[in-house]
Amino acid sequence: MKPAPFDWHAPTTLAEAASLLARLAPEDGRVLAGGQSLLPAMALRVARPPHLVDINRVAGLDVLAVEGGLLRIGAVVRHVAFEKPVAPGPLGALLAEVVRHIAHWPIRQRGTFCGSLCHADPAAEWPLVAVVLEAVMLAHSLRGDRRIAAVDFLRGLLDTALAPDELLRGVEIPLLPQDACWGFVEVSRRAGDFAQAMALVVLRLDAQGRIVTPRVGIGGVEAVPRRLAVVEAVLEGQTPSAALFAAAAEAAAGAVDPMEDAAYRRALTRTVTLRALHQACPA
Amino acid sequence: MSERRITLAVNGQRHDITVPVRRSLADALRQDCGLTGTHLGCEHGVCGACTVLVDGRSARACLMLAVQAENLAITTVEGLAPDAAMLHPLQQAFANNHALQCGFCTPGMLTTLVELLAENPSPSAAEVRVAISGNLCRCTGYETIVAATLEAAAVMRGEAA
Repeated sequence: MKPAPFDWHAPTTLAEAASLLARLAPEDGRVLAGGQSLLPAMALRVARPPHLVDINRVAGLDVLAVEGGLLRIGAVVRHVAFEKPVAPGPLGALLAEVVRHIAHWPIRQRGTFCGSLCHADPAAEWPLVAVVLEAVMLAHSLRGDRRIAAVDFLRGLLDTALAPDELLRGVEIPLLPQDACWGFVEVSRRAGDFAQAMALVVLRLDAQGRIVTPRVGIGGVEAVPRRLAVVEAVLEGQTPSAALFAAAAEAAAGAVDPMEDAAYRRALTRTVTLRALHQACPA
Repeated sequence: MSERRITLAVNGQRHDITVPVRRSLADALRQDCGLTGTHLGCEHGVCGACTVLVDGRSARACLMLAVQAENLAITTVEGLAPDAAMLHPLQQAFANNHALQCGFCTPGMLTTLVELLAENPSPSAAEVRVAISGNLCRCTGYETIVAATLEAAAVMRGEAA
């Protein structure tokens, strides 16, 4: 239960981190941020990187600010930062609800938002949030910054579009309109455990009370969290009702292709979708 | 093997040590600082036994490298009691309520709950349960741990237990 030997590099500027990565990535050097997923993987020797580029001391990566209609989240912002609303309106409240589902308190004080995205665990909460809220990833390397939409960033099980020499310097999430309604529901075996299924719903109602621009995302069921267009189509333009939400939940259950326990995960998908819709707005 | 000479500040005391960079904070506390109160169970962040306070915030000492802890104030279970003759109110409440049996999980329970009581002096039983949801106890069970925490909270608020 001890990690294999490695060299540890602790840059203090982004430029230094980028040049270290450029040099060490070909030798499987990795970025270390909160370490709450990478260090266990190394202790279990599932991962044996010979170099760690520790970005905890890099100046400026702890930014957490709202500007120009965006919430900017730097690479070393810890999960715990989101326990109190960090953005005005529904976005801050949504993130504060979601964060309580991430592991346990000591892990949340160390683990980072961006690290969770880079790790790309299918059962992690932030990747689902990033996809549903159309977050943009800022990948940095000696070649400069590259902007990647969350939906393109998350490529598969523990797989992202990040090049080996790139580090995720930050994420931008557009603020939600003041009248956005949302619901988040997760099922896990124990408090803080990985999600077996989770649903995030964001929608608005027009003046006639009809649903506009619904977004419905499911995580923990397939290899990558994703929005379900067929479910959104069921909801678009309709008046909320118990029957409509039941039909949407049924569509969600049919739309997913679970990695395992197919019947059970479909049933969970139906349940979390239904509950998230009811949470988002009164039927 | 890559090594660093570092200084750890643990319970108000400086420890000048030389460690391989792969050494966890937990192993450095136990092996290099001689503070064996911090226990290691799973060594991958699941059991909570190795929880210590880093600048007052709980962290898994098995999921931090010792070299990352330089310039941070570490508090271990050895640093909770005000002096050798007197226990921390939470430790005293654990003794009063039989909240430990084998004692393996106790250091992590104590550090986690000390932090909770610093932030929330009047937790409900449900809030205590959430706070220790990442700490596994395999013998006593959690009832007496919750009871001890509520008693300690009352004592620390200046109320009779």
